[in-house]
Amino acid sequence: MATYNLKINGKSLEVSADSDTPLLWVLRDELKLVGTKYGCGIGQCGACTVHLDGIAVRSCSVTASSLESSNITTIEGLAKEKLHPVQEAWKEIDVPQCGYCQTGQIMTASSFLSRNPNPDQDAIRNAMQGNICRCGTYNRIEKAVALAAKKLS
Amino acid sequence: MENQNKITFSRRNFIRTSALASGGLLIGFNFFSSCKEAAVPPVDISQLNFKDFNAFIKIADNGYVTIYSPNPEIGQGVKTSMPMIIAEELDVPWEHVSVEQGALDTKNFQRQVAGGSQSIRFGWDALRQTGATARQMLVNAAAAKWGVDASNCSVSNGIITNLNGEAFNYGDVVDEAANLEVPENVSLKNPEDYKIIGKNATNVDMDKIITGQPLFGLDYVADNMKYVSVARPPAFGQKVKSFDASEAKTIGGVSDVIQFGDKLAVLATNTWAAMKGQKALKVEWVDDSNLENTDLHDQELNKILDSEGLDVRREDGNIKKAFAEADKIIERTYESPFLPHNCMEPMNFYANVTEEKVHLVGPIQTPAGTAMRIANLIERDPEDIHLEMTRMGGGFGRRLYGDFALEAAEISNLVKQPVKVVFSREDDMAAGIYRPAIKYRIKAAIRDGKVTGYHLKEAAINSNMYGLIPNFFPAGAIQNYKVESGNYKSNITTGAWRAPYTNFLAFAEQSFFDELAEAIDIDPVKLRLDLLANVKDGEDESIEYSAERMTNTIKLATEKSNWRNTDKGIFQGFAAYYSHNTHVAEVVDLSMSNGIPKIEKVTVAVDCGIVVNPTGARNQIEGGVIDGLGHAMYGDFSFKNGRPQDVNFNTYRLIRIKEAPIVETFFVDNQLSPTGLGEPGLPPAGGALANAIKAATGQILLKQPFTKEMQQRKTDITI
Ligand code: FES
Ligand code: FES
Repeated sequence: MATYNLKINGKSLEVSADSDTPLLWVLRDELKLVGTKYGCGIGQCGACTVHLDGIAVRSCSVTASSLESSNITTIEGLAKEKLHPVQEAWKEIDVPQCGYCQTGQIMTASSFLSRNPNPDQDAIRNAMQGNICRCGTYNRIEKAVALAAKKLS
Repeated sequence: MENQNKITFSRRNFIRTSALASGGLLIGFNFFSSCKEAAVPPVDISQLNFKDFNAFIKIADNGYVTIYSPNPEIGQGVKTSMPMIIAEELDVPWEHVSVEQGALDTKNFQRQVAGGSQSIRFGWDALRQTGATARQMLVNAAAAKWGVDASNCSVSNGIITNLNGEAFNYGDVVDEAANLEVPENVSLKNPEDYKIIGKNATNVDMDKIITGQPLFGLDYVADNMKYVSVARPPAFGQKVKSFDASEAKTIGGVSDVIQFGDKLAVLATNTWAAMKGQKALKVEWVDDSNLENTDLHDQELNKILDSEGLDVRREDGNIKKAFAEADKIIERTYESPFLPHNCMEPMNFYANVTEEKVHLVGPIQTPAGTAMRIANLIERDPEDIHLEMTRMGGGFGRRLYGDFALEAAEISNLVKQPVKVVFSREDDMAAGIYRPAIKYRIKAAIRDGKVTGYHLKEAAINSNMYGLIPNFFPAGAIQNYKVESGNYKSNITTGAWRAPYTNFLAFAEQSFFDELAEAIDIDPVKLRLDLLANVKDGEDESIEYSAERMTNTIKLATEKSNWRNTDKGIFQGFAAYYSHNTHVAEVVDLSMSNGIPKIEKVTVAVDCGIVVNPTGARNQIEGGVIDGLGHAMYGDFSFKNGRPQDVNFNTYRLIRIKEAPIVETFFVDNQLSPTGLGEPGLPPAGGALANAIKAATGQILLKQPFTKEMQQRKTDITI
């Protein structure tokens, strides 16, 4: 067990974890930031998506010990004073069913839109292809990303 | 003779009120009129007791309303739609309503189950009655305060007014209302006056979901809780012989390893350590019974299909004669694999077994039954069991089975610590309670251009279609009709999977009808309509579907999809299916580019009675259709020596966004009682797709998943 200094949602936090512990479990079990979800543990489903310096990353597939110099943003830190436009869009389109995959979807979408503010349908679908929604809310995810793009511009 | 079991539906018996210590009014009620007469709701909200009521309405002294919804939420939206029905009759603005998940009474209430798309259907009358009774109570209180007759008062949006133009907010009269008798004869609103029902209401947990607040079982933590990873036999038919936990125990965070039954539990201070601990266990598993292969299942199911004397589930007329006199006979065999549920949130449960009580928390579709099983398992008085439900990251039938909750309770009982059992994805897929592999053989007789005989045989692993299914379409529509079933008992655990049996049966039948239409040389939609015209609703009480409603649903789907009238290059496939009391018709639009079919769109028509929450209803249909297409295309799951061959999403393929077509949903407009939506969208999807592929390529698909079958025939498909 070692101690690491992580910058999460703008705060500096000291965490202790084994060096091979994925960021996902440090967030969930150590820091109780449970908005980041576990779905597969092998980078296949996107439920665990967070931002490292603004880039969407699967937190199940990076170790916390390697991230001392990164700015980590989780779903809990995405909204500043008010909801992020992606969250607003998610609400307007009424995307979730069970809701479990949605934080990961939102993190993927928000990172994508920050680099690609004017995506067409294909670009949206390509960007979201790594996030599984077992409930099949894909039509709405697509609409919500398009709406969020409008809100951001 | 008098019926001893007859229950009088008396409002006095199912609603009680009390003033709250914190101010406001609490109304306790029970949908299913099974509550005890003497039941009194608590005056202190913190002591909400679900022994006597399974749902509560709190009206605060500012008029704001909290509804404690009794049904667990698995994603079908009942946590939003059921309170909408209460709020409608209560006549409060929806913005003034908040909804919370109720806890559980393990003893008194049977139907606190999310499954079977039945929540709304069962709740409809009771929820409206409850809301209307509460509204009348408040009106009576206001009338008494003014000294006027209640019939001279009216209500709108939580404001009661009298003829003199005076007004009270609901909050102004809650104290008085608490002391009044519960009114007996309340009138329900006319559906034309609905202000909430029929309008879009966003999921009530929306803000919590999109900001990542703890909601799900996996998010639950308690002080001193140990995370537990369980090693289960890797193959069905094995048990543990011996194990060596020494290496596992050296992992930082692992505190203990124990055996319980044929499983080993690794306890740790965090999930990662527990999962690592499980991997580090050295276990010798030995064979306990047969280790089965998919090939064996295949052979056994074929044997059943080839045999005579299966269980006859329905028989009309004389099929022997129909086949003997037929001009033409068509026979097909359809095959499907086992399927895991793959809820996005893996199975998990918290348990803390102490001398005083048994505290359980987690995502479960059958809380009452599971609590009873736990009481039996650890030999405790059911009164000691306190089960809290969390939101569920998907159910699809998997969370009807409390195996994971029983494991947690058993472990906590042994170690005397609070524990949370967490399945990894691999655990979740390998320790499933799968949709069983099934085969159907359908044979039809045609004479003079009419379908005169229909014979369906079902061969399934472990169990067969439930009793109502043989009475679904085309029962009643074909004079000579027979359904038979048989099964092969396997040691692989199987159970309900979204729209049990019909999830595959619909594909088989709906593809078969397309072939029948071709054989008779009529339009496939026309074939269905002609068959439905043979059925008079109400004539045969055993028939489950309504021919009239199905006909209207089909017409709506064909109209909205421009059936057989679309742009050049679009190939259409049709399917219609009744299940879970809802009638659904679907049209798949497919295009071909360079020989590869692509699904462009699915048009869906649905008759589910009154649509309580259109946005939620559409969401269910979109999800059901995409789920149905995804599993028909990709769902493949096989066993070798009792071991599942896929345990994670790297090899087990689920549908993703690029493969998901646009789904357009239309509802048949009527004012009939609402029926379920969680499941009925799924069954027709596979058949509609198969029929569209047939229209585009001429290929007849008999086996799921389609990708595999098409690959074997050297064609590719993307959707
Ligand atoms: S949990 Fe990380 S991608 Fe699935
Ligand atoms: S909303 Fe349930 S998995 Fe996406």
